[in-house]
Amino acid sequence: MMNWLKENWFYLAVLLIALVLPHVITNLYYAQIITMSCLFAIGALSLNLIMGYTGQMSLAHGGFFAIGAYSVAILTSTLDWNFWLALPASALLAAFIGFLVGLPALRTRGAYFAITTLCLGEIIYLLAGNWMELTGGHTGMVGIPLPSPVSLPGVGQITFASPASQYYLVLFFLLLTLFILYRLINSLRGRTFLATAINEDLAEAVGINVFRTKLLSFVVANFFAGLAGGIYANLMGSISPSVASVTMTFNFLMYVLLGGMTTLAGPVIGAFIIPILLEYLQFLQDYQMILFGFLLIVVIIYFPTGFMGLFNKLRDRIKKSKVGDRRAA
Amino acid sequence: MELFLQQVFNGIMLGSTYAIVALGLTMVFGILHIPNFAHGQMYMLGAYVCFFLITVFGFNYWPALALSAIVLALAGVVLEFLVFRPVRDAGGVTPFIAALGALIILENAVVVLWGPEGHRIPNPYPGIIDVFGITMSTQRLLVIGVAVLLIVILQIFIKKTTLGNTIQAVAQNREGATLMGINVNLVSALTFAISTGLAAIAACLVAPIFMISPSMGSMVGLKAFVIVILGGLGSIPGAIAGGLILGLIEAIGGGYLSAAYKDVFGFGALVLILSLKPTGLFGKEIKGR
Repeated sequence: MMNWLKENWFYLAVLLIALVLPHVITNLYYAQIITMSCLFAIGALSLNLIMGYTGQMSLAHGGFFAIGAYSVAILTSTLDWNFWLALPASALLAAFIGFLVGLPALRTRGAYFAITTLCLGEIIYLLAGNWMELTGGHTGMVGIPLPSPVSLPGVGQITFASPASQYYLVLFFLLLTLFILYRLINSLRGRTFLATAINEDLAEAVGINVFRTKLLSFVVANFFAGLAGGIYANLMGSISPSVASVTMTFNFLMYVLLGGMTTLAGPVIGAFIIPILLEYLQFLQDYQMILFGFLLIVVIIYFPTGFMGLFNKLRDRIKKSKVGDRRAA
Repeated sequence: MELFLQQVFNGIMLGSTYAIVALGLTMVFGILHIPNFAHGQMYMLGAYVCFFLITVFGFNYWPALALSAIVLALAGVVLEFLVFRPVRDAGGVTPFIAALGALIILENAVVVLWGPEGHRIPNPYPGIIDVFGITMSTQRLLVIGVAVLLIVILQIFIKKTTLGNTIQAVAQNREGATLMGINVNLVSALTFAISTGLAAIAACLVAPIFMISPSMGSMVGLKAFVIVILGGLGSIPGAIAGGLILGLIEAIGGGYLSAAYKDVFGFGALVLILSLKPTGLFGKEIKGR
């Protein structure tokens, strides 16, 4: 028990901070940013699964986020479904469309896959903007109800009207996503993902069914993208085709990359740091995105492992110096 | 029948500009194996430079087009040197992301300089010619003429001149070309200059017909990718054929089926073709990553 605590004290501390956060930050605006960061962290984590751990650069991620968002919106507002039924249904729909699309798209490799998925994302965006009857066209959909209240035995009924309750809702799903991805990545199946990312031909040679591995990763990634999109639609109350835009994909990409690709903590850190950084850089206005572009290029050239890469390097150095001290003593 | 011919004409006009943009993209891919996601933004920048020269310095249309091509050729060299050369040997998703960074910078720089709203370059040739009931504006005919001319010149340059042959040599085998004493860095820079210069010319040609806006590049860039993949990455004849095919699909699909979904047809065709042939119509197998 003590050993376990010693090893995991850092994560427990982070979890504790996450749990008390709504009581510390009472400013509604900041609370909203943090809730959104948690939500985008789910999207970034799922992109990291296909892009980082499996090495396939899917640029349709915003599109699958939008599929989740639109289907939850349609199910809960047009068809009056219960949120708790609509959310898994929408995530499954995103996963299923990912499966159908992945069958042809994943036969392509490298740049071909990136561009195929970029086109798919664009198709989803165009459909969202033009399919008036289903999506409301460019004006989007408004009046999407908040998640339906749940009654827990002993606790009573939980509604999701307050910012704090919305935060806990998103945090719950973020932790769930982290847990599932952690288990997946550290399983044998997760190792086959990594093997595929590192060298597809070699992975094939050692008996991994590369196509099925990629397809599984793509489907799971899109499931969580749809899940994040679904929660987003209900919390925001309205959506427009911009959720399907390539900007959404680029945002996820930046969270993953600046946070640290192929790590579990990286995308979460990226999803928190970047929006907060952007808040502080508000005064730059239009120059903000230019600075961001520079940052992206500098990071990919000089620190391709992102924030987590730097962090790990520092930690290793500290560990080494400690070992050195002990030896000297 | 007239409607059909009209759409074919429009399709060829669109397709020939697509072909020029895609040509540059496919050449860069052939040399550097980097998908330059910022290509569409260089195209957009070309249109803006032209707009700037005409409205601020009072240039005529043709000098503005020529100068814009030169400016963008230089910008291409700078882009290659600062963004793509450092990541040339990095595998995986690194080059994509460097290109995305360049894309974000270019698009937002134009927003800062000229605002997010659209502009229009005054049409230098507003005349209309009527041939067998098909209306052809002079500017549109001009687009096709210049596109054909450029494609022919480029073909002669690549096939007949020593410089063009070196580009081909580097595309075929980088190490081999280095051993033959070819300065690969110089060839890369030159290819980028040709690529972005061509994009600028294409942008200047269509700018009097369509509005110019900071977001005009992203769609054209994406279409150029569709074309390049349809034709096979690195294949020049493929880019020309692919450009015309996409232009025709869009014009005919947009004219007969649905104008709002015209882009969906093009992208849908790509996804369909890739699902049947994962390396494009004329593409070679690409190994690993």
